[in-house]
Amino acid sequence: MRGIEGRATVAARRTDAAAVRPWPGAGASSGVVWLLRLTMLALLLGLGACSRGGPETGVSLDFWAMGREGERVRALVAEFERSHPGIRVRVQQIPWSAAHEKLLTAYAGDVMPDVYQLGNTWIPEFVALRALAPLGQRVRDSDEVSAGDFFPGILEANRIDGRLWGIPWYVDTRLLFYRKDLLARAGYTAMPASWPEWEGLMQALVETGPEGAHAILLPLDDWTPPVVFAMQLGAGLLRDEARYGDFLAPAFARAFGLYLDLFDRGWAPGPGTMNRADLYQAFGRGEVAMAITGPWNIAGFAERLPPATQGLWETAPLPAPHAPGPGLSTAGGASLVVSRASEHPEAAWQLVEYLSTTDSQIRFHALTGDLPARRSAWEAAGLKEAPHTRAFWVQLQHVRAVPRIPEWERIADKIAYYAEVAVRGEMSREQALRALNADADRILEKRRWLLDRQGGGASGGAPARSDDDGR
Amino acid sequence: MRHTASATHDLGRSQARAAWFFLVPALAAIAVFFAVPVVSGLLLSLTDFDIYALADLDNLRFVGLDNYRHLFHDPRFWTAMKNTLYFVVVGGPLSIAVSLSAALLIQSPLVALKGLFQTVFFLPVVTTLVAVAVVWRFLYHPAYGLLNRGLEWFGLGPIDWLGDPAWAMPAIILLAVWKNFGYNMIIFIAGLQSIPESLYEAARLDGAGRWAQFLHVTLPMLAPTFLFVTILTLIGYFQLFAEPYVMTGGGPADATLSIVLLMYEEGFRWWNMGYAAAVSFVLFVVILAVTLLQLRLRGLLTP
Repeated sequence: MRGIEGRATVAARRTDAAAVRPWPGAGASSGVVWLLRLTMLALLLGLGACSRGGPETGVSLDFWAMGREGERVRALVAEFERSHPGIRVRVQQIPWSAAHEKLLTAYAGDVMPDVYQLGNTWIPEFVALRALAPLGQRVRDSDEVSAGDFFPGILEANRIDGRLWGIPWYVDTRLLFYRKDLLARAGYTAMPASWPEWEGLMQALVETGPEGAHAILLPLDDWTPPVVFAMQLGAGLLRDEARYGDFLAPAFARAFGLYLDLFDRGWAPGPGTMNRADLYQAFGRGEVAMAITGPWNIAGFAERLPPATQGLWETAPLPAPHAPGPGLSTAGGASLVVSRASEHPEAAWQLVEYLSTTDSQIRFHALTGDLPARRSAWEAAGLKEAPHTRAFWVQLQHVRAVPRIPEWERIADKIAYYAEVAVRGEMSREQALRALNADADRILEKRRWLLDRQGGGASGGAPARSDDDGR
Repeated sequence: MRHTASATHDLGRSQARAAWFFLVPALAAIAVFFAVPVVSGLLLSLTDFDIYALADLDNLRFVGLDNYRHLFHDPRFWTAMKNTLYFVVVGGPLSIAVSLSAALLIQSPLVALKGLFQTVFFLPVVTTLVAVAVVWRFLYHPAYGLLNRGLEWFGLGPIDWLGDPAWAMPAIILLAVWKNFGYNMIIFIAGLQSIPESLYEAARLDGAGRWAQFLHVTLPMLAPTFLFVTILTLIGYFQLFAEPYVMTGGGPADATLSIVLLMYEEGFRWWNMGYAAAVSFVLFVVILAVTLLQLRLRGLLTP
């Protein structure tokens, strides 16, 4: 999810990536005022619910999409309405920063849209809320959408307890953006594929760079690098059906150490370094040669790097602990989901299906620059071979979903927090890991209680489950 | 006699009825929008309401005072409390001092274009914080920000305003004071204008200089305004939220995490409503205690 949030706010952020916090509504408020707002909102939503559903002329669907996608998708929706004369679609554009809150409030007020966009790390939460309709059977019955055409790792992120809840809309993962000229100066013609070589490259970059230059820019409070390194080493992150944190396991500890080493060895600018403020400036001036970031920066770099450096950057898959690579990265992106409460599930599915055809995916990529979820769209649009995107093509074959439980985002936030605390030297590595594990165990307490109450049978996702669609 | 008494009684009763008639809408509004939410908030703080409970009330547990117990053992709560107190103790008096100075300057007979200055100083108050934050982020930029350029000019080293845990809170205080001082300034100006000129004349006749006039006429006459402004500022500053929310998100390393920001995160980011409600009640008690203490102090100071 962060990737998407990051894209929405990237222009305004102090540091790139990580994108931890959303943009504001506004205004200072006390707890009481917040509770008040909540009550009023609930009242308003209640009223809204009463006034809905006028005369039944054909089918009317509500479709919520976030940020820029919400704006650009209108063109596709207009075409959908032309080819499906009985169905009208009201597109509502929701800012990413308010999306989570709005969806939960809509859920509480029982006014969920029929179809909506969901960052795929949010799916477990909405499955736990029983807000989603399962889609596995629909996909199997569909002539247009075939499960085999999606990137397997991304599709897997939409599956919980073996059932499919979302159709990938566009994809997101993290890999390396780098300056070709600076690598060449350090004596490298290509990005190394294994960690030992990669470390050698970083050392060489620092040595051959000007005074004060670093090899890689990493946000101080980002959970993705340590988690990605840990996944590459085979760490489970959570254990016992995600009842407890598993951050004291050797694999995670080693990955966490590797991340901190990047700062300790002077390869990444640490706290107190001035040039860490802005990715584009640091990259443009050659103060850093690499960054781990996501697809939104293909456009970001094209728009914001100085013209002189435009031909000089490229992307590369992440290196792996051992050659030949590439190493695993996160399976991010956004999916389209259908509300369980929708009164028009057929029409809702038709919209999802329409937006998921290869043609729509190609059109949507042209409209937004988002990377398509379907591999056929990559091939048809030439993205597989194009500079900048081809590394994503390779990386997307090697992605893994983060643990699919509603608590994951909270735990990820703790990883980012303790990573920053350790980078700043306020805690030792061991202390930070121990505190992280304790926090994770506490966050998972409710989940343990729910699992134990229902007899401990459930696996990965939401403890509560029922009905239909075996898959 | 009897007749009049009963007439008065009737009159009293009809007046009471009229009074109730006019009061009921306001009371109803207070009940619906204040009392009910506060009581439900209190009840909420005794439960572990979260998204699981939102899905199914069977998943709601009554946890008694666990949220509070847990809160007092949560290092982030104490960090937030410490940061909030830092903001209140440093930012509050600073803000009041700046407001008073600005009010005195504007009221000074030497100043022309009073209306203009008043408006200019008040402008930050009515400007959207989000817009302000964008500009201040540029000002605070460690490498290219105006502030660091200014410091450089004086030969002082660059400061990573929003990236250094030691400087982030001072940066937030600076922003908050700049943003808010205009409001209290207007109140102080009103207070200053209500001081009769005759008192100054009398003081001048007694040979009091500008400073003596300020100490013995202006300040005592402003005392009620002071109390009002202090309580309002304190309550407002304890609820620090928007500034760190838009500038730092509570970082770096929780250096600008405030109580309300913690509550917001727990409640609306993680949907831990029970815990968030407990945070807000603790904040409520703290603000209430400080306000009562202030009123008490004020009572002790004035004969």
